[in-house]
Amino acid sequence: MTPSPGPLTALRRHRALTRIWASDPGWKGWFTTVNHTDLGRMFIVASMVFFAAGGLLAMLIRAQLASPRSAFMGPETYAQVFTMHGTIMMFLFAIPLIEGIAIYLLPKMLGSRDLAFPRLTAYGFWCYALGGSMLIVSLLLGIAPDSGWFMYPPLSSSAFSPGPNSDFWLLGITFVEISAMAAAVEITVTILRYRAPGMSLARMPVFAWYMLVVAVMILTGFPPLILGSVLLELERAFGLPFFRPEAGGDALLWQHLFWLFGHPEVYIIFLPAAGIISTILPVLSRTTLLGYAWVVAAAIALGVLSFGLWVHHMFTTGIPHMGLAFFSAASTLVAVPTGVQIFAWIGTLWKGEPQLRLPMLWILAFFVTFVIGGLTGVMVAVVPFDWQVHDTHFIVAHLHYVLIGGFVFPMLAALYYWMPHLTGRRRFFRLGETAFWLVTLGFHLTFLAVHWVGLLGQRRRIHTYDGGDGWEVINLIASIGGFVSAIGFALILLDVAVNAAVAVRGPRNPWGAGTLEWAMPMPPAPITSPPCRRSAAATPSMTTPRCPFASLAAKAIWAIPRATGAKR
Amino acid sequence: MFAGASAILVLVMVLLWLAFRRGPAVRKGGPAAEERDERIWIKGLGLAFPLATLAALTAYGLVVGERLLPRPGPDVVTVGAEGRQWAWTFTYADAPGRATGGHPATSPAGRPVDVAITSADVIQSFWVPRLAGKLDAVPGHVNILRIEAWEPGDYAGLGAEFNGPGYAGHRFTVRAHDAAGWEAFLAEETP
Repeated sequence: MTPSPGPLTALRRHRALTRIWASDPGWKGWFTTVNHTDLGRMFIVASMVFFAAGGLLAMLIRAQLASPRSAFMGPETYAQVFTMHGTIMMFLFAIPLIEGIAIYLLPKMLGSRDLAFPRLTAYGFWCYALGGSMLIVSLLLGIAPDSGWFMYPPLSSSAFSPGPNSDFWLLGITFVEISAMAAAVEITVTILRYRAPGMSLARMPVFAWYMLVVAVMILTGFPPLILGSVLLELERAFGLPFFRPEAGGDALLWQHLFWLFGHPEVYIIFLPAAGIISTILPVLSRTTLLGYAWVVAAAIALGVLSFGLWVHHMFTTGIPHMGLAFFSAASTLVAVPTGVQIFAWIGTLWKGEPQLRLPMLWILAFFVTFVIGGLTGVMVAVVPFDWQVHDTHFIVAHLHYVLIGGFVFPMLAALYYWMPHLTGRRRFFRLGETAFWLVTLGFHLTFLAVHWVGLLGQRRRIHTYDGGDGWEVINLIASIGGFVSAIGFALILLDVAVNAAVAVRGPRNPWGAGTLEWAMPMPPAPITSPPCRRSAAATPSMTTPRCPFASLAAKAIWAIPRATGAKR
Repeated sequence: MFAGASAILVLVMVLLWLAFRRGPAVRKGGPAAEERDERIWIKGLGLAFPLATLAALTAYGLVVGERLLPRPGPDVVTVGAEGRQWAWTFTYADAPGRATGGHPATSPAGRPVDVAITSADVIQSFWVPRLAGKLDAVPGHVNILRIEAWEPGDYAGLGAEFNGPGYAGHRFTVRAHDAAGWEAFLAEETP
């Protein structure tokens, strides 16, 4: 470092630190960076690319099913398309997007310079990039996995899937899982050990609580699937007997291992979205979150309960009724902490003055969609009802209501809420509102129709159907809705691109939020933290006048937005 | 279930709408108000309401489920169903050696039938929508499904678990006979 003449002013120190913490300049920086801001953005952008790919496959599916005469793919191709749609959306879009947001935001929210293990972050990203690219390459070559996204053996075993298709899934997804484990270790340690001095767990931003629960869930829930994938790959490659009944194995073992991961996975996807709502909704209502402690307790309860209900994916596998009763009760019980959160949010809206800004619109779309998805979820937790609708389009509609309503819509709220932070600009072109209506109306049109056709008995994963059952019109409506929402998503992309490129610079902290990530330059500098050090006396250094966040800290409002902020 | 779900949905929507419609005049701050809000929203609507509703619903579901269980009885008929890619084979305990292909499976009307379901290759699912829910055919396992057709006639059946390229056409028919027809079927010569 060059010796600095004169006193170390704040600006000079900032420049010196930037030299240390910034990524390498130019294209090389993309490959060598360990900076959490850059890696967070890389995770987010990569997951968006996969989301576009998965969305394209969804449109192929809706085109195929639009009418009995529009089937243009044979069953083999169609199997690859629906398998990859599910796999991409679950593994390559949802989880990495959460990791990206957490990696980008957490150090800034917690007041830490970086994550605990910056190189581990980079390792995770490159594992994800490798695993994801393997799957995309297999899709382009036409040898993508084709046994459904949950890959039940023996259909996915070498006897019935002799090609390399299943191997791409098992190897590619395992890399992505390793990436998730790396991120989870990172997030857990960072939250527990790298908070700004004075920020106790009880005063931490609520988003950090949610991410802590999620990270612990990933650490617990992903190893069963990694194990399952390894066992299945060993069976395929070396003929070991884990899932083959004729050799003493059991095909149901896979289902237990898969859903022991797969159901917590749903909550791993939902909880960060809930954390984002708990963060954004009070800010946009100009108040504080109602029942912070209750909400945190509900998140923890969800995390624990979600490990006790994996068998509800297996109600039709011939499990004894006593076992089903337990898992049915657990499946309905999980609706209780969800209800606590929903009503805590509505109570927060009542307490404050909610403002209909764009992120709030997306949160409202979340409420409508997620509540419907939750209610159909309670229906399928009732065993006799599930015996009828299992593996029909009713389930398909239910899971899209939960995942799109409970994850994608909150993520879009997050996108519009944190866009000023990412770009430092104020939204100028107002395409977002048009896109909002296209996406939400198109989505409901599609999946209300899909519920209906499911109740009429249309099975999921059939590549075509015969006319005459009264399904044609419903499927056509669903396909039209699907294309409308796809246009909406394209418009959002355009909106973001245009506003990121040419909009005017905006003020700092445009929403009047109280979390620390807004108390830094926008767009963010390579070092993100308040350079406050724990003082020798172990008193919270937030009160030191030199600390830029003294005012925030003095009021002890880490997680709590100011009630009086800039109105626009 | 649908009516209850709709009512809850409407309740949530009305609460949301009111949140935006209320004027700021009614709002009072302070810890007392915060505590009152927590009591109403979290303990009342968030905890008590779902607990009560869900307990009732789960109990109801279990009672119905219990009724659908295969229990031994004097007039129970046993039929074996073996799934494979992409056909079903049916066997009959009352007529050893008889096996019919997928079209049709035969059963008596008005008597409970236990279908012993298994699979010869990958996981399948046995589903006759008008007679019962679905039950999986898992290789190495035999699952028992109780079905009962009240009227003689043909009932469409489907394989309901994705099992490869022939999945869309993986169908069968259950033909329920009256008592005489069933006796005649059992008495037929084994081909």
